[in-house]
Amino acid sequence: MELESHCPTGDIEKRWENHRFDLKLVNPANKRKFDVIVVGTGLAGASAAATLAELGYNVKAFCYQDSPRRAHSIAAQGGINAAKNYQNDGDSVYRLFYDTVKGGDFRSRESNVYRLAQVSVSIIDQAVSQGVPFAREYGGLLDNRSFGGAQVSRTFYARGQTGQQLLLGAYSALAKMIAAGKVAMYNRHEMLDLIVEDERARGIVTRDLVSGKIEAFTADAVCLCTGGYGNVFYLSTNAKGCNVTGSWRAHKRGAAFANPCYTQIHPTCIPPAGEYQSKLTLMSESLRNDGRVWVPKDPANAAKDPRSLSEKDRDYYLERIYPAFGNLVPRDIASRAAKRMCDDGLGVGPVVGDKRRGVYLDFADAIKREGKARIEEKYGNLFEMYQRITGDDPYETPMRIYPASHYTMGGLWVDYDLMSTIPGMFVLGEANFSDHGANRLGASALMQGLADGYFVISYTLGNYLAKKGKNDVGADSKLAKKAVKEVEKKIADLIEIGQKGSTHPDEFHRRLGTLMYDKCGMGRNAEGLKEALEEIPKLREEFWSDVQIVGSGTELNSLLEKAGRIADFIELAELMCHDALDRDESCGAHFREEHVREDGEAKRDDENFAYVAAWEHTGDHGAPKLHKEPLEFEYVKLSQRSYK
Amino acid sequence: MSETIDLKLHVWRQSGPKDKGAFADYSKHAKGISTHASFLEMLDVVNERLVAEGEAPIAFDHDCREGICGMCGAVINGVPHGHRKQTTTCQLHMREFQNNAEVYVEPFRAGSFPIIQDLVVDRSSFDTIIQAGGYVSVRTGSAPDANEIPIPKQISDRAMDAAQCIGCGACVAACPNASASLFLSAKLAHLNLLPQGQPERYRRTRQMVLAHDQAGFGGCTNHRECEAACPKGISTDFIARMNRDVLVASLTDKDGELI
Amino acid sequence: MQGVLTLTRSTIGQKAIVAVTGVILFGFVIGHLTGNLILLAGPEAYNAYAAALKGNAPLLWGTRITLLTSVILHIVFTMQLAKRNASARPNAYQKPRKDLVTTYAARSMVLTGPLLAAFIAFHLAHFTVPGIGINGVFDPHNPYANLVQDFRVWYVSAIYIFANILLGLHLWHGGWSAAQSIGAQHPKYDALKMRLAAGLALFVACGNVFIPIAVQTHIIGSSEQLAESRALVAAEQAEEE
Repeated sequence: MELESHCPTGDIEKRWENHRFDLKLVNPANKRKFDVIVVGTGLAGASAAATLAELGYNVKAFCYQDSPRRAHSIAAQGGINAAKNYQNDGDSVYRLFYDTVKGGDFRSRESNVYRLAQVSVSIIDQAVSQGVPFAREYGGLLDNRSFGGAQVSRTFYARGQTGQQLLLGAYSALAKMIAAGKVAMYNRHEMLDLIVEDERARGIVTRDLVSGKIEAFTADAVCLCTGGYGNVFYLSTNAKGCNVTGSWRAHKRGAAFANPCYTQIHPTCIPPAGEYQSKLTLMSESLRNDGRVWVPKDPANAAKDPRSLSEKDRDYYLERIYPAFGNLVPRDIASRAAKRMCDDGLGVGPVVGDKRRGVYLDFADAIKREGKARIEEKYGNLFEMYQRITGDDPYETPMRIYPASHYTMGGLWVDYDLMSTIPGMFVLGEANFSDHGANRLGASALMQGLADGYFVISYTLGNYLAKKGKNDVGADSKLAKKAVKEVEKKIADLIEIGQKGSTHPDEFHRRLGTLMYDKCGMGRNAEGLKEALEEIPKLREEFWSDVQIVGSGTELNSLLEKAGRIADFIELAELMCHDALDRDESCGAHFREEHVREDGEAKRDDENFAYVAAWEHTGDHGAPKLHKEPLEFEYVKLSQRSYK
Repeated sequence: MSETIDLKLHVWRQSGPKDKGAFADYSKHAKGISTHASFLEMLDVVNERLVAEGEAPIAFDHDCREGICGMCGAVINGVPHGHRKQTTTCQLHMREFQNNAEVYVEPFRAGSFPIIQDLVVDRSSFDTIIQAGGYVSVRTGSAPDANEIPIPKQISDRAMDAAQCIGCGACVAACPNASASLFLSAKLAHLNLLPQGQPERYRRTRQMVLAHDQAGFGGCTNHRECEAACPKGISTDFIARMNRDVLVASLTDKDGELI
Repeated sequence: MQGVLTLTRSTIGQKAIVAVTGVILFGFVIGHLTGNLILLAGPEAYNAYAAALKGNAPLLWGTRITLLTSVILHIVFTMQLAKRNASARPNAYQKPRKDLVTTYAARSMVLTGPLLAAFIAFHLAHFTVPGIGINGVFDPHNPYANLVQDFRVWYVSAIYIFANILLGLHLWHGGWSAAQSIGAQHPKYDALKMRLAAGLALFVACGNVFIPIAVQTHIIGSSEQLAESRALVAAEQAEEE
């Protein structure tokens, strides 16, 4: 396996422009002869499908939901960054690029990030022209806010529903092209395999989730826009259906998986309330601007009414440990500190599993200082959401928060053109690894998904098709039929095991999640990772002998869907642990407890680990093979961050 | 900390579109439900117990479980998404129910939402309506600068009020006529209010209204049950707005079809 | 002619036609009642008012044609919509859907509508063509006497009172609903619109209910006034001959 990033060189400002000029073009009349498959209809998928169809390609788009409009991009709350500098506060393409590389803790490619910053401005133009109702000032121009500790206001937002509005914009563009007959939309279809032959992606195999029909679709190129794998932790802020199956099965067909250990944990989520907990809900990080985080000093006080505890019984641990930033320390630091408190038995709220998982986020001082009305104005909708879910009134009693898996920076390896190690298979959005390095900044996920879909793939896909020409393997070819047979057999095998099995698929998922939070979550160490690498294969074996599935494969069968996805998560988890173990340094969201600076911060090792770890699949249970893509920093000087 | 309740739970089971379907009594599976669980988590618990007995779990649509994707939805004791105002099924929590409460769970019913299985219905008719004109025809890359057109804040906010629609279909389920007028009008208002939506305003209106009617939804008779059931509290004022645009489109040449 | 197609074929266009014809009929019943309140001024004034209406052929026939067209359109499109709405949910809820905010007036439109149609047919037959004397002879030249003598019969009054309560309900929902259906909506005037619809509906219903009650309680149409009306009609006829 060769990792050739195809990153242009020279002046960074000119790289994308020069590269675009070097890309081959497909003649407009020829575009209609090419078919493209797009899997997933989130920001990346919907924008890519619509844009490619507008260019003239014939697109087949797939999503597992009942409508493309429901992809999980819809749940993004905060906003989208763009280097518009509308606020005249010193922002620029270069500054967004700089912040993103630094925020990613120097584990991303400079060329990619610069391009992302460049096209960010066009995304806002595009979205506004589609009718995305971003927040505005009284003068009628767009409003911005500062987000995630950025020193400039470059975040565009639509109330707390920016992801929803951007997705509906992309979805409307997709709808337009469906109506125009240029996109064939397949709802309630799940990709189960990638068809590869002679070093080229030829198509995919899907299962119709309603009828159970397994079918092959072929095309001249395949774009995976299948999102992240945060659900490997079982409890996460992802939608229940989010899964790694599309990416994972492509990985098993030869696509390298890069940096799987880079997963982001969000500090302000509503804690689990019981064993039945099915997901965690994120609340905007802005809450930390006014809330004070604390736990009782004495574990004996954990179950007491927090209002009854006096100041001397409380430990405002973030303010104590990080006096300069206090409650506003970056996500990963806040998350780890909360987990440490709970692990030390100082957590609050109900006991879930073996301990209380929650810390207080207290607004009493803020309410005293600014008045209830002002706090309500700022956080009213969040407080209401919290009350709806927990039944507690945050105006009266402190909120409880706990970190949860939120975003995954790792993903399938792609070159500068977003093409994976399988020629003809492109990976867009959260599903790829490319732009966020080891940590993603707030309001950058939406930006990347749309950059890939609207403004990158539209150029780079043409280059590939112009060079490679048409794929001569059709859906009725022997190859496609064989691929369908293989998938059918896998499902039949799973069902056969499932008929005799006695453990609900969710039970395996919960166990996997607990294991991953403990050993490969906010903090990792070699010992824990080695333990995980012993336990995961056992879990996998148990899964493959005892998972229970009721019903058949020829109907809507949620158990079968879950089982298939969990099987892949278990395999991915193993790879994550390999990667986390191999990366013997701390960087960004990857925190190896052995590598801590004196001040408690993550200690990077640029000499030995300034590379992208791209893993090659070597057979079903074989040790994955590591390939390294070295990272060079010509523009942003390597430095250690400090938030003390 | 976590109190539990028992429910007298009745869930609609229907194996497929052709099956007649009936309520099944799951009272014995719905005991000891934590009041902190969401309604869907309650169904998860019941399902795990059903599966443990070798029975097929209740099929229901769900995804984000935070009230924004619009995938979940069932009629709970006669009310789409249950009795708590402006709350999706996934955000409805069991503390809203009394111990030993009778709970009937039924799918959204409308001719245009055929039942697929149990509580799962096919809402692709909503996509069809959007495809008829729920977009601004702007090609990627052809947009002017985002600040080129100032939009009064109140207009933009009003458009956002409409654009919040999550497309769950509760309005259809709640309407005595199974009309999708609230969904349709929210989509139209979002784009028709904004300057970007003006060039296609009347054409969009006419095409989407026709698509709505062709999909078999009923007409609006102003009961405003939709607004009451809408998890986002979208106002029926948008329906009046749509009616106005339909009349203008029908009686003038503004949609460009009569010239 | 795409425009017309949309208007008559779309649910919204049809509903708008129902609304506009409804508003015309609403306007008529207000005028009808206001005119009838001349009853309070005595037989001479009332019969003169009736004669003046009948004597003005363009007004009379203009109104009749407008009303007839409105009624027909109102009924035809309502029936089309009702049929469509009924078929939009072929499988009913097994556990009945709960109404959250709708009013009885709104829910009963399908009931009040046909009942009112039947009542209008009866009302026309009763007082216009052919004219039925339920309590004595029908005299086309003495509408005052026709009204008073028949309303003295308790069940005739009861029918009118009942029908006008239905009419009030129908107009209450119909009034603001019509405004909504033709898009006459603005947040600033919404409360006013609701109050206006309710107020006018109440005026029509109360006024129309008041008349039979007033006859029953002899506020209108004492025996002397009845005799007076007959004498006046006889005198007029004698003069013409």
